[in-house]
Amino acid sequence: MSSLTIKGVYKSFGQVEVLKDISLDIQSGEFLVLVGPSGCGKSTLLNLIAGLETVTRGEIFIRDQMVNGVSPKDRDIAMVFQTYALYPSMSVRKNISFGLEMRKIPKDEIKKIVEKVAGILQIEELLNRKPAQLSGGQRQRVAMGRALARSPSIFLFDEPLSNLDAKLRVEMRTEIKLLHHRLGVTTVYVTHDQIEAMTLADRIAIMKDGTIQQFDTPRNVYKNPANLFVGGFIGSPAMNFIPTQVVQVGDGQGVVLDVDGGQSYTLPASPGNGALAQWVGREVLFGLRPEYLSDSLPDQDEEPQVHELECRVTVVEPTGADTIVFVNINGVKTTCRVHPDSAGKPGETMRLVTDMTKVFFFDPDTGERI
Amino acid sequence: MAEKSLAVVPRTPGVVAGRIFIYTLLGIAAVYFLLPFLVMVMTSVKTMEDIRMGTLISLPREINFDAWSEAWSSACIGVNCQGIRGYFLNSIKMVIPAVFISTALGAVNGYVFSKWRFKGSEVIFSMLLIGCFIPFQVILLPMALTLGKLGIAQSINGLVLVHVVYGLAFTTLFFRNFYVSIPDDLVRAARIDGAGFFRIFWRIILPVSAPIIVVTVIWQTTQIWNDFLFGVVFSGGDSQPVTVALNNLVNTSTGVKKYNVDMAAAIIAASPTLLVYILAGKYFLRGLTAGSVKG
Ligand SMILES: Nc1ncnc2c1ncn2[C@@H]1O[C@H](COP(=O)(O)OP(=O)(O)OP(=O)(O)O)[C@@H](O)[C@H]1O
Ligand SMILES: [Mg+2]
Repeated sequence: MSSLTIKGVYKSFGQVEVLKDISLDIQSGEFLVLVGPSGCGKSTLLNLIAGLETVTRGEIFIRDQMVNGVSPKDRDIAMVFQTYALYPSMSVRKNISFGLEMRKIPKDEIKKIVEKVAGILQIEELLNRKPAQLSGGQRQRVAMGRALARSPSIFLFDEPLSNLDAKLRVEMRTEIKLLHHRLGVTTVYVTHDQIEAMTLADRIAIMKDGTIQQFDTPRNVYKNPANLFVGGFIGSPAMNFIPTQVVQVGDGQGVVLDVDGGQSYTLPASPGNGALAQWVGREVLFGLRPEYLSDSLPDQDEEPQVHELECRVTVVEPTGADTIVFVNINGVKTTCRVHPDSAGKPGETMRLVTDMTKVFFFDPDTGERI
Repeated sequence: MAEKSLAVVPRTPGVVAGRIFIYTLLGIAAVYFLLPFLVMVMTSVKTMEDIRMGTLISLPREINFDAWSEAWSSACIGVNCQGIRGYFLNSIKMVIPAVFISTALGAVNGYVFSKWRFKGSEVIFSMLLIGCFIPFQVILLPMALTLGKLGIAQSINGLVLVHVVYGLAFTTLFFRNFYVSIPDDLVRAARIDGAGFFRIFWRIILPVSAPIIVVTVIWQTTQIWNDFLFGVVFSGGDSQPVTVALNNLVNTSTGVKKYNVDMAAAIIAASPTLLVYILAGKYFLRGLTAGSVKG
């Protein structure tokens, strides 16, 4: 069953068009993440789903029912806000039970629900405190508890973890994922953190300037980015974009890479990409993920598309498990992810390998994938 | 914060000299402002004879409260010799409903202008703000006509209405500015939870409004209690507020001028506002500087 369907939604504030032709469809129990840079309209879209704002054009369906004219309280949704929005004058218990009280649920039942929710989130001992007496992480839990108590058909989260410190954020991320597995409630989750998006989502909608750039599974947005923006947004460290010329190499095409130190390589593109034939002699952006420009790659000996480059290292940044090495290719600072033991020192030359089946080509003018 | 930064200032002779200078200046200012009040209090407890003999600032030879009781219950205001007691009660009867209504309406207005904005609400708010700058005199005539039409001219109810209308601009401004610092997400969360306009106001907004309620109540009480012009224009003989009665008392000339009675009456008339500041002045300052509510 379709749990949430958004059809051709537009939203304007006055003259400013904030959302343009948004269409999405998720199944019951799915975890959808809306991700994108600040100001791209994620919160606005979430507010439209919640009914806190009205659409300018288009339709929203919740469980196959059109909800354009339905008020937030009747949409069977619950929302967790970035600022938590706990009612300051009420105790934690009251905060959680307020929504139930509004829905005229009997007192003894409310008590049971509050206790159950407090148990799930381990906030039993906080029930009688006021929000001001809680830490950030505890407030976050209470805000989730408030949403949980109502057992809605859709959870909406607006950057719920962005006010927590890094360690707590990772913990809560796992907890949200567990909770979703356990409850199986359809969830729409807004974040600008691509790692959060990748780890939590069943499907990701990547947004920019009020439009959806790609709507797919985490695996696919990583393996198969629709355009330059998605390629650069998903993945950490970010993908390298190296301007280069497409040349004819035998029957196929290839790209020319001039590395720092004078060497020039012509790497043949994998034959899979036929569209590149039209680009011979023209400039493209060569998209290369740092993890595929490394000291060694799995199966590198069997894979005919793996090529070697000798590059001079400019900067080395150890991160622990991996070391990030910067080299210059075609005059662009290029990030490589290498094993700490094989990382060269600045000024040294280092042997790097890259897998041409894992690279992307983008139109430098439109940003579209070739 | 302030205490901390004071604590780290080293006590060099320069700093000490500066301190002495500041305190001297503050002391002079305090005396300057308190002196008239002191003269009033001293005069009010003198006998008439004492006043005639001594000077304005000579200490009373004996302390005598006859003038106070005369001012309260037997001084002549016009032809009516029952003191200012009745007018004092008039003022109370006027101030309490006027303050309550204007504060309550201001709170709801402020709530709408900050949390339920609608098309044109900013324009209406700006227009309302102009109300803060309209001089009293300008609205006298239209207000008199309105009160006449409503049939509440020359009555306490009429005065209440005048003060509510005139005060609304200020109370709305106070509440609106306080409420914009309350996160909108609170209202959104409550809407999703199923609460409506008034329930959100009552259960979520009002419980965190104490600082601004204190400020508004003090402000309005002072304004309305101290008002003279509206009182003199819109009240009839027996609905006059105490400020008007005080003026009439001082101007009623039956032979000798009883300075001690005048002074006692003036102090009585001013006492509620004085009291409010002494009791709640701290909260007034605190409320004015109160920051936003953290959710
Ligand atoms: N009520 C409003 N009136 C006018 N413009 C608005 C309003 N709400 C949002 N906008 C504009 O719409 C755009 C999208 O805002 P939105 O809050 O949805 O961004 P976001 O993707 O959630 O960003 P962030 O990651 O910073 O939260 C912004 O340019 C913002 O200025
Ligand atoms: Mg946002």
